[in-house]
Amino acid sequence: MKILVCISKTPDTTAKIAFKDNNTKFASEGVQWILNPYDEWYALVRAIELKEKDPSTILHLITVATADADPIIRKALALGGDEAIRVNADSHDSYFIASQIAEVAKQGAYDIIFTGKETIDYNGSSIGGMVAGLLDVSYISLATKFELNGLTATVTREIEGGEETDEVALPVVVSCQKGVAEQRIPNMKGIMGARTKPLKVVEPTSVDALTSIVSFELPPAKAGVKLIPADNPAELVRLLHEEAKLI
Amino acid sequence: MSVLIVIDHSDGHIKKSSFEALSYGAKVAEIIGTTAEGILLGTVSDDLASIGKYGVKKINRVNNESLNHLDSQIITDVLAEAVNQTNAKVVVFSNNITGKAVAPRLSAKLKAGLVAGAIALPETANGFVVKKTVFSGKAFANVAINTDIKIISLNPNSYHVAETDGTAEVAVLNINVGSPKIKTVSTAKASGEVSLTEAEIVVSGGRGLKGPENWGMVEELAKLLGAATACSRPVADAHWRPHHEHVGQTGIAIAPNLYIAIGISGAIQHLAGVNRSKTIVVINKDPEAPFFKAADYGIVGDAFEVVPKVIEAVKKLKGVN
Ligand SMILES: Cc1cc2nc3c(=O)[nH]c(=O)nc-3n(C[C@H](O)[C@H](O)[C@H](O)COP(=O)(O)OP(=O)(O)OC[C@H]3O[C@@H](n4cnc5c(N)ncnc54)[C@H](O)[C@@H]3O)c2cc1C
Ligand SMILES: Nc1ncnc2c1ncn2[C@@H]1O[C@H](COP(=O)(O)O)[C@@H](O)[C@H]1O
Repeated sequence: MKILVCISKTPDTTAKIAFKDNNTKFASEGVQWILNPYDEWYALVRAIELKEKDPSTILHLITVATADADPIIRKALALGGDEAIRVNADSHDSYFIASQIAEVAKQGAYDIIFTGKETIDYNGSSIGGMVAGLLDVSYISLATKFELNGLTATVTREIEGGEETDEVALPVVVSCQKGVAEQRIPNMKGIMGARTKPLKVVEPTSVDALTSIVSFELPPAKAGVKLIPADNPAELVRLLHEEAKLI
Repeated sequence: MSVLIVIDHSDGHIKKSSFEALSYGAKVAEIIGTTAEGILLGTVSDDLASIGKYGVKKINRVNNESLNHLDSQIITDVLAEAVNQTNAKVVVFSNNITGKAVAPRLSAKLKAGLVAGAIALPETANGFVVKKTVFSGKAFANVAINTDIKIISLNPNSYHVAETDGTAEVAVLNINVGSPKIKTVSTAKASGEVSLTEAEIVVSGGRGLKGPENWGMVEELAKLLGAATACSRPVADAHWRPHHEHVGQTGIAIAPNLYIAIGISGAIQHLAGVNRSKTIVVINKDPEAPFFKAADYGIVGDAFEVVPKVIEAVKKLKGVN
């Protein structure tokens, strides 16, 4: 069994979001970077669990990023995985990123490719579907459970208003969210071991980006809260009805 | 040339988010000087001609039951052919579960640039630029699509449904459907509940409610308002409420017209999932709770005293006992 987990680095969830260079770039000065939570907590941990069950499993991590992602990659390797591949490029175009992953995936002939549900910075929810499309394999999005029986995966996923459980033959691309696994903290042995695990750097294949970010904006500031006395909640209902016209 | 809007449905009915996508697509067609058409894959019981009222002249159908089910591989192949047959230059999806599974795949297949999570009409003065949410609703990006065919996946609840009069012509497209590779073995749907992402009003509870036994008042208020219920992450983690109610950075992102937060502190990761709500009401006993900074209306008070009184007032307003 060969598994590839797609990981990415994102600003810490509490990072201040600001822009520079005429609002064309994210102001990353002083920002703490983390592994995208969906990739770390769900995709990666589930892959590690599958390897723990079947130690012959080969588990690779991939990220499309420049060298400043290396500390994040080491952090991921401290949780588990045999080696990491970094495609040396910086892009916010989902198609470009997906094409790089698909290229590596083709060469590695992986049975399962896990992604997170979305990146919490660019929020595309797109990479998994694109990789599946480029490889022409099945894609199961928004998985909440993943089990393996031989060469068939049983996956529970979110559907509108509920969940469904599907069976699908490998190879498959699966995007993971809450439920698939439980967050883990790396231990000392993992952290030490991660230092010597291979981190392969490959150059990107030439692909044209299909989109480009022109500028960023921050949402307009709120006017401020209108407080209603706690002994008169009926006033809230009146305001929502007459002023806001929402109920 | 056309703008093609993908019409999504479940249980035989077209979703509200698709009416938004249709209204949006019709406007995009007007902007770029062409006509809007819908494409409906699978089978529904709704009347299709009347969908013309959202501004589309024609509904293209591919009547095949296999397409009712979300297998993005066969759906994408059919859509790619439909794009070809209708000579579509812009394809519009709703950025819901179906849109998230299919739009990226279609983008890769057609090499057509995708903006996922659009919240506004394209600007065409200088290229084709679509605004979308980034950083979990904390900011927006204006993204240029640089390809001939463009794909937009519109966030639910970010474009108004616009009705006109007019009916649509319904035509059947002749497209081969591949055999599905994803086999569904079981489905569990919470029936009768309002879907969280499509709800116009959401009533949400946090750890301030102390335990699952206290959710009766949250549910009662939601029911009276025709609202969906939601919760903060620790509440779902403690299994007080189901996972699919968890909103925020690591849960579901929503943008209802009205979000009522009860006993929720308003941590930045919670706000990330709800900050696009048009109006926010916060009920919290701590005047320093960060949520008040993001709120439009607030009551500083004990939820166990305040919420029953809110319920009483809503009952009075709606004339129910
Ligand atoms: C990477 C990361 C991702 C996260 N993702 C999410 C996410 O997606 N969604 C999310 O919600 N959280 C998320 N969190 C957790 C988040 O940081 C907060 O811990 C969480 O939102 C707090 O939930 P809460 O407001 O329900 O509880 P608390 O912070 O405990 O707040 C309870 C509130 O209830 C009030 N209260 C208490 N009693 C009463 C009463 N009787 N009447 C009225 N008010 C009362 C208190 O004043 C307090 O403000 C994430 C955290 C991290 C680190
Ligand atoms: N630069 C990247 N390198 C590797 N994987 C990525 C990258 N960006 C996103 N991904 C993966 O794709 C998922 C969805 O990302 P997105 O489509 O950007 O929301 C993430 O959760 C990651 O698993």
